[in-house]
Amino acid sequence: MSQSQEGGRPPASEPLELQPFESCGQRGEIVRQESEQQVAMDQAILKVERLSKNFGGVAAVVDVSFSLSPGELLGIIGPNGSGKTTLVNLLTGFVRPDSGKVIYQGKNITGHRPYKIAELGVARTFQMVKPFYQLSAFKNLIIPLYSSRVKRLSGGRYGDRDAVAIDLLEDVGFERDSSVPYKVASSLPHGYLKRLELARCLSLRPDLLILDELFSGMSMSEVASTLPIIEKLNSEGLSIIMVEHRLKELFRIADRIIALNFGAKIADGPPRNMMNNDAVKAAYLGSEED
Amino acid sequence: MKFRKERLDRGIKARCDDIFALSSYREMSYLLFPRVLPVAALLILPLLKGVIGMYWEKVLMISCTIALLALSWDLMASVGLISLGQALFFGAGAYITGFLNHSFKLSPIVTIPLGTLGGALFSTLLLLPVLRLRGVYFAIVTLTFPLLLSRFIETTKILGGTEGMSGLSPLPSVWVEMYVPVLALIVCLFGFRRLINEDYGLVLQGIRDNDRAVMSGAINIYWFKAQAVFIAGVAGAFAGSFMTHYNQVVGMASFAMDYSVMPLTAAVLGGVGSFAGPAIGAFVLMPLSEVLRAAGTLRVVVYSAILIICVVGLPEGAFHYIRRKYHQFERMVDVG
Repeated sequence: MSQSQEGGRPPASEPLELQPFESCGQRGEIVRQESEQQVAMDQAILKVERLSKNFGGVAAVVDVSFSLSPGELLGIIGPNGSGKTTLVNLLTGFVRPDSGKVIYQGKNITGHRPYKIAELGVARTFQMVKPFYQLSAFKNLIIPLYSSRVKRLSGGRYGDRDAVAIDLLEDVGFERDSSVPYKVASSLPHGYLKRLELARCLSLRPDLLILDELFSGMSMSEVASTLPIIEKLNSEGLSIIMVEHRLKELFRIADRIIALNFGAKIADGPPRNMMNNDAVKAAYLGSEED
Repeated sequence: MKFRKERLDRGIKARCDDIFALSSYREMSYLLFPRVLPVAALLILPLLKGVIGMYWEKVLMISCTIALLALSWDLMASVGLISLGQALFFGAGAYITGFLNHSFKLSPIVTIPLGTLGGALFSTLLLLPVLRLRGVYFAIVTLTFPLLLSRFIETTKILGGTEGMSGLSPLPSVWVEMYVPVLALIVCLFGFRRLINEDYGLVLQGIRDNDRAVMSGAINIYWFKAQAVFIAGVAGAFAGSFMTHYNQVVGMASFAMDYSVMPLTAAVLGGVGSFAGPAIGAFVLMPLSEVLRAAGTLRVVVYSAILIICVVGLPEGAFHYIRRKYHQFERMVDVG
């Protein structure tokens, strides 16, 4: 544990007040409605209530609460070790919380098994890519396409999974007529594997997509070509949570940002307020009192 | 006139290694030959019993049962479950079959199917709580189950105790004795190879490669693992059921380490993950061990030495090596 914790961690349940609006100078900034996030609070697709998780003596996630309205793109930022991935693991059932609730589409899914949560329509990518290395790219997608969720959504029939898989790969930027979709996953470059992760999630036809550092390890051009895919999914009404270190890209497309530090939520608001938020600045750069 | 070398499979392989574009009988026979050859050999060998003698026919039959156990091992390995206890399947099938025949005097036509399914079900239920374990942890648990069961039978004196159950019904004829294991092996071999390349099999392979990604694909991996263990159990328990009636006796030897070690060795020797490999391995190992009987006490030494040389020389397994070489055959073509 380092300096900024003694420097005064803010009370976990109430995030710091946000700075008034100032231009944050982002290119291509989209004007968003201030009230947008309040409107759909009641019919939130995901509601997280006072979620906590300790690993031994380390508090990985502390009393985090937030909610996500349908169609919203929520960014989660924070320095290394601030509990972002643990939060994703808690939401998707890979780690059981010590306390708190996760309510998805009005259903309490706290502590459910990962496959059950995925079955309900929450798809996630892994920060460390987890393809099936020995299978070709399109066959990677056959596995989620085999799930009962996909069967249910396509009216009780699986249909031609190979064709669906190739279509999905094309959606995330695999060239359909090249040999890339047919290559063994272990021979694909990292950027393709990242997009394969995205396609694996999309194959479940999710209602909520959680991207855990999708852009990490991607080149600038790969990020540039993936960004529109996410924007398009979001504009089609898909709710997305993005854990991301590439703040510039994230701030361009996110509706709202949550900042974590030492497992606790320190800020919550539109992206343009984040850069000027003292708590966020302190978390990333260290605060002067230290 | 100019010539250059061209691979025989040039033009056949389209995009993937497992999608072929065939345009002539010649290309078809190129692919069919390695598949038809072993099947034909297996079907013809029992007919030659006058030539090669009943002793070697028996070796063929035992090779088939070990091959079945090796296939069952390979199926579990393709889900990521490394088993050191195939004897569990063998013994469970053997004892259920023996018990049904001994106590209820049911005919082998009934007891073998019941023993096969019952043995597979029993083993699956036994392994169900440990399916969460991976790697060596799962292996160690499977190692203990056959030991545990044979000691359990020994101490409680159930199912004949140390004596076992003898005087069981013989199989109807010598043709049944020879052809049933051969046919079972062919069905299992091609069935498993088909199964693993189906979408269902891809899910199984996915669990081996990366179980967390399968979980996040809305698939209950424990349910799939249990199914795979059951299917593998059917192959293994069938071998046990059949041998029970062949030997007309069932005893604690059905849980012997041999039935765990031999399939594993066959799989490693032949090449893990191909099904054909473990079958080939069994057909190398079993006859080899018979041939080496002439070496007397040195048998185990020679046997082990050959094994070590094979594993060091061909770590990928015999089958993968043969397949690679077969696909590298070249012909001369006229380019002039």
